Amino acid sequence: MVPGQHMPLFEVFIRSRRGLDHKHVGSLHAETHQQALEYARDCYTRRSEGVSIWVVRSGDIVASQEEDAGEFFDPMDDKPYRHATHYRLPPEVDNM
Amino acid sequence: MNDSNASPEELLRRFQARIDAEQRIEPKDWMPEAYRRTLVRQISQHAHSEVIGMQPEGNWILRAPSLRRKAVLLAKVQDEGGHGLYLYSATETLGVSREELVEALHEGRAKYASIFNYPTLTWADIGAIGWLVDGAAIVNQISLQRTSYGPYARGMVRICKEESFHQRQGYEVILTLARGSAEQKAMAQDALDRWWWPSLMMFGPHDAESAHSAQSMTWKIKRQSNDELRQKFVDQTVPQAEFAGLVIPDPQLLWNAERGHYDFGPIDWEEFNRVVAGNGMCNRDRIAHHRRAHEEGEWVREAVRAHEERKRERAAQDAA
Ligand SMILES: [Fe+2]
Ligand SMILES: [Fe+2]
Repeated sequence: MVPGQHMPLFEVFIRSRRGLDHKHVGSLHAETHQQALEYARDCYTRRSEGVSIWVVRSGDIVASQEEDAGEFFDPMDDKPYRHATHYRLPPEVDNM
Repeated sequence: MNDSNASPEELLRRFQARIDAEQRIEPKDWMPEAYRRTLVRQISQHAHSEVIGMQPEGNWILRAPSLRRKAVLLAKVQDEGGHGLYLYSATETLGVSREELVEALHEGRAKYASIFNYPTLTWADIGAIGWLVDGAAIVNQISLQRTSYGPYARGMVRICKEESFHQRQGYEVILTLARGSAEQKAMAQDALDRWWWPSLMMFGPHDAESAHSAQSMTWKIKRQSNDELRQKFVDQTVPQAEFAGLVIPDPQLLWNAERGHYDFGPIDWEEFNRVVAGNGMCNRDRIAHHRRAHEEGEWVREAVRAHEERKRERAAQDAA
């Protein structure tokens, strides 16, 4: 390791309660996955914020860019009929 | 509290205690092998139903009566494919591969909802499916949002959010026909006549005859019994039929003020068993079509692989 160089970056996901999804909470530097787990525990769950942690190397995450969101999500905008509210039903049967 | 040195009895006790405390079981938790197997069977059966269910509706995409109806039906069928994906992924968290699941479907070892073995003869059937079949599925799925296996429960939450549009568009089709010409109203009635009983059968055998029910209730895989859910569906659907001016094909259907529920006539379980056993109108077609779709998609997967291979070669050349 080059002196002064940081260890690899990991993204941290925490499940706050049994039954919920893991949620992204932040990132940290660590040398190995195991170490990242321990750092994440020390760093992100000091007040029992979680019951389970996932760590993933940041470099392994492929993300779409928000600047491209217009084009990327474009096909979703013009389909109002995907929403339940698009179908107007008389009040007598509107509870479905 | 370490699982690795606890006795099997102790592990089982902790497992059940967790379920009794309304906590979810997550993929890496210890679980009895029979719990795992039951989940694999049930969730994959549910996944297969979503995917096979695309066929009777897909049959009408090109023939839907207007551009709006086509777009809506296409969006709905696309959702069902997505539901299949959510559920296959939930099954995969239990350590089975997609290949194994699909193979079990193709070889007839895995089942799917037998209602999808009925043909869609007229446009009104598309309305009836959304209204009744999705309606029945929603009743079941709402209950399963509280199932004990975490990934399954979360999949159900996602699916329920999308289902409401399915039922509403179906009822809209039925209501439009029911308020149309005499011929159109007759089409809507005919569709209700054919889809009503199979929809009631979707909830499965009566509680007394249901093979897996008791254990599944203890494990909270199932949260409400087949008969409870079926009753709920009948109670909410009868007023919707009345509002559309349609008649539910059951002479014994009657409001029971004492019970606060509708009474309804006996279900023809012989027909149910015949269809489950593979002798419904479309069983063979459905599986043959699924196989064919998979085989005919092989060239796409092959092209993707070849394209990636070429990209890697080119990158290697550029680097050299
Ligand atoms: Fe669905
Ligand atoms: Fe649906």
